[in-house]
Amino acid sequence: MEVAERKTLAEDIFCPIDVFDVEEIREDFPILRKRVHGKRLVYLDNAATSQKPQSVIDTISTYYTGENANIHRGVHYLSQLATQRYEETRTKVKDFINAGSEKEIIFTSGTTEAINLVAHGYGRLNFREGDEIIVSNLEHHSNIVPWQLLCEQTGAKLRVIPIDDNGDIILDEYKKLLNEKTKLVAIVHISNSLGTINPVKEIITLAHEYSAPVLIDGAQAVPHSKVDVQELDCDFYCFSGHKMFGPTGVGILYGKEDLLEDMAPFLGGGDMIKTVTFEKTTYSDLPSKLEAGTPNIAGVIGLGAAIDYINKIGYNKISAYEEGLLNYAQKVLQGVDGLRIIGTAHHKAAVISFVIGDIHPHDIGTILDQNGIAIRTGHHCTQPVMERFNLPATSRASFAFYNTKEEVDQLVDGIYGVLRLFK
Amino acid sequence: MKQDLRDLYQEIILDHNKNPKNFKLLEEPTHQSEGYNPLCGDKVNLAMKVQENTIQDIGFQGSGCAISKASASVMTSALKGLKIDEAAALAAEFEKMVKSDIDSEEDYSEFGKLAAFAGVREFPVRVKCATLAWHTMKSALGQTDKTSTE
Repeated sequence: MEVAERKTLAEDIFCPIDVFDVEEIREDFPILRKRVHGKRLVYLDNAATSQKPQSVIDTISTYYTGENANIHRGVHYLSQLATQRYEETRTKVKDFINAGSEKEIIFTSGTTEAINLVAHGYGRLNFREGDEIIVSNLEHHSNIVPWQLLCEQTGAKLRVIPIDDNGDIILDEYKKLLNEKTKLVAIVHISNSLGTINPVKEIITLAHEYSAPVLIDGAQAVPHSKVDVQELDCDFYCFSGHKMFGPTGVGILYGKEDLLEDMAPFLGGGDMIKTVTFEKTTYSDLPSKLEAGTPNIAGVIGLGAAIDYINKIGYNKISAYEEGLLNYAQKVLQGVDGLRIIGTAHHKAAVISFVIGDIHPHDIGTILDQNGIAIRTGHHCTQPVMERFNLPATSRASFAFYNTKEEVDQLVDGIYGVLRLFK
Repeated sequence: MKQDLRDLYQEIILDHNKNPKNFKLLEEPTHQSEGYNPLCGDKVNLAMKVQENTIQDIGFQGSGCAISKASASVMTSALKGLKIDEAAALAAEFEKMVKSDIDSEEDYSEFGKLAAFAGVREFPVRVKCATLAWHTMKSALGQTDKTSTE
């Protein structure tokens, strides 16, 4: 059987995405100039981690070159400088997500640690046998396993909101799950494997009718769209620096101040205490109470540079560009014979999971990699999603605002190469 | 098509992926095991009928990438009729081949269809796909129930 050549070209599909000069943006990301297996890198694994602009790289380098010291309680110049830079970033994060106060911003190592911090600090104190925690079928393992561990320890039960064939959560089923026993709703803002944008505002409002706090896993949302925690009225919001063009090893737990106040410390150690004696230790006020030990100072400051970078471009442009790119990519990919997009939610972020006939995603990934194209293949840490669609794995292309239509075309060309090999 | 990819996806591998040999549920096996590769979700259920220390029949089921499926297919064909210690020796040789240095001078021309997997050497992340069936076979003969390449 002859495999058809790609029919659609960038020019054929009208998708205006000229909100900014993407080539100029790409100049800010040195890694995008890299060649892989002799081809120009086409990086489409942004949902796993994003690339970093030069300003973030320089900020970290400047910190280690001329500002490095341990923060808090230091009387010397460098310690004060490092402390200032670290705490300035807390204010930046507060403004970035519109939190009410710096006390509500806890630095963690990432989204996973942020969720675990709530599970330990809040869940262990408040959950009893028979209580219920609601998650959805869309969750990343990091928003499932911490709650399962907690259920084992407390006797609470995990309830799961089902999703439909598009990858949208079924709100009517969610409403049926809510009751007086619901003690927490933990839900993903944007699905990392399908791109579904959940109606989190509505989910939060419904949970609050039962006085259940809501934790939002925002790891995939913050890189793509403006998040306003007060407008959402969420109780906890978790996200990672490295998915939003910042460094790895740093993340944020936002929590409403009264909830964080009531939380028990998770890690004990330096920086989270007021006084320590062998008889009794008193804890620091927020946010220090929940940040034991020397934090990832360079990472936090680097995250601040990433926020500056996002603010400079502007979410309105980022979201508009990515929407155009997503529309374009979906259209050209749908034109590939035998290709099926998994996840066709009504509101979607620039993430496309797909399968092609019975060609295993791992083979697709290896072949595309030889063309310099980086995608992710596998279960994307969402095995329940794969099970829901009865698939062992998918191939996933996930985009950022520095990706281009030409890169989408290269992806499609690469896929035709796969089809030719497996014809 | 790049040469590296041709080395990996040789005709033999593509053929066995499309039409795997011994892809069947074996009735009343004497030995069986389930292999799992958490990296890509490859699963193989391997069952054997061993009599008088010889592998009389062998079948596998499961799902996986072309490399793991073809490897299971070629392996099962190669193992039928072998003594248990011969099967173990072949597994060791196979593993040595797919993990050997890319520039290795070793000659695998006597290795029959198994030599088709020599190209896996150039793709270190795919070595586990090629060895999954072999690990599962060893674990079945060792009577452990499950194996994982992680």
